[in-house]
Amino acid sequence: MLSLSSVSAGYGSFQALFGVSLDIARGEAVGVIGPNGAGKTTLMRVISGMLPLSQGNMTFEGEAIGGKPAHHIIEHGIAHVPENRRLFPKLSVEENLRVGAFIPSARTRFAEQLDWVYSLFPKLKDRRAQAAGTMSGGEQQMCAIGRALMSKPKVLLMDEPSAGLAPIVVSQVFDLVGKIRAEGLTVLIVEQNVQQVLDVVNRAYLLEVGAIKLSGTAAELKGNSFIRESYLGL
Amino acid sequence: MDLYLLEAIINGILLGGVLALLALGLNLIFGVIDVIWISYADIVMCGMYAVYFLYAQYHVALPLAFLIAIVGSACLGVLVHKLIIAPVLDAPPLNQLLATGGLLFFLQSFATLLFGTDFRNIGVRLPVLEVATMYLSFARLIAFGVALVGAFALYFFLKKTYVGTAIRAIAQDREIVGLMGIDQRRIYLVVSAIGGALAGLAACLLALQYDVHPFIGNTFGPVIFMICVLGGLGNMLGGFFAAFIISLIIAIGGYYWSTELSYVFAFTFFIVLMFIRPRGLFTP
Repeated sequence: MLSLSSVSAGYGSFQALFGVSLDIARGEAVGVIGPNGAGKTTLMRVISGMLPLSQGNMTFEGEAIGGKPAHHIIEHGIAHVPENRRLFPKLSVEENLRVGAFIPSARTRFAEQLDWVYSLFPKLKDRRAQAAGTMSGGEQQMCAIGRALMSKPKVLLMDEPSAGLAPIVVSQVFDLVGKIRAEGLTVLIVEQNVQQVLDVVNRAYLLEVGAIKLSGTAAELKGNSFIRESYLGL
Repeated sequence: MDLYLLEAIINGILLGGVLALLALGLNLIFGVIDVIWISYADIVMCGMYAVYFLYAQYHVALPLAFLIAIVGSACLGVLVHKLIIAPVLDAPPLNQLLATGGLLFFLQSFATLLFGTDFRNIGVRLPVLEVATMYLSFARLIAFGVALVGAFALYFFLKKTYVGTAIRAIAQDREIVGLMGIDQRRIYLVVSAIGGALAGLAACLLALQYDVHPFIGNTFGPVIFMICVLGGLGNMLGGFFAAFIISLIIAIGGYYWSTELSYVFAFTFFIVLMFIRPRGLFTP
């Protein structure tokens, strides 16, 4: 469904990704794990069009999308929940969700999508008139995911959804991933929380210094001695 | 209460309406695009000339002349963005200030070259209303009413529409809005058009009360900036209320002393408040 081949990208003269290739099939949940500074966030930014790729190809449902700006990529059905949530703090929860439905195809079914997001996250409905910046971290993460879902995407990119949250909230966030998958969405999730992400994805890639070092099913990676030593601390 | 003082206060509030409209436009542009249009008052000057020539010279019906002036000012706003702001968007703030400052001199000199320095009046004499022995300018009353309608229309646009919500969102996090399908450059054009249209609307309302000349922008440009900074730059509601505070100071000062001195009071008030609340009166 989404496929990257030999994608390189960077910021100015600094190169962050070196020939990354990956494939995601419809309905899959795929994880990208790796240490800080490995290029995980850069990878997400390249896929959603926030950062142009310098080399390589990217296709989505057979169509080349490499080099398209972010506001075009979203129309293909790829939504990105950015690192640190990045809600609009002074807008209300519902206004944040309305911004998420900005693209024309989403505006026409705004009411329907809003009901769906509220049924997934009832807490957001209770807080719909509250300024998004005044909510707790976990609620903000729900709102950020809800905002991305408002565009009715086919693929959801999640960048460190558990970062900066209390441990109990972290497991709630991973429960959300399960809920979203149950809705038939394809999910690509970047995480430092290796143990928990391997519990919710089918497959994962290990990214180190901007290149894919390992890949396999969640079970294979959990059993891999390198992963066990370096990332699971076993 | 002294009836003459009351009259001065009412006239002050009425004047505040148009200033509030201009403060909204300037704050909108600053809040969203993060560039200060030093030449904003000169867009108003261009709008006033448009009204003058259409109505007084070419005898276009006044409402149509107003409409053309507003649409023309909106187009001028878009043009200013495309030609002057867009190329310096990533430049240091000082360069942006110099670019829009340069536009100010360009517009003023160009108007002088084309129209000379004559004071021109559209020649519409609206009656002065006598209410309980107070004299209230009908032109100001209309200006106040229309300015309020304009301000509320802008409020509903920003609050209730997708584009309006996107405009408020972009002011809070400009880097991320692309992920929601919002094209920053298009929003900037929309905002520049709205800013231009507000200047055009103010131009129509001011043309009913004042003569137009190439340097009319200098008479209220500084006051608008003072209002915006007093309310907190980019804070639209703050600027709206600050407009009435300043216009009241000017009106009351003008009543007790003189108009010239009243500006001294207004700017003194502003300077003192900047020491007490450097980020603006209404910024928490």
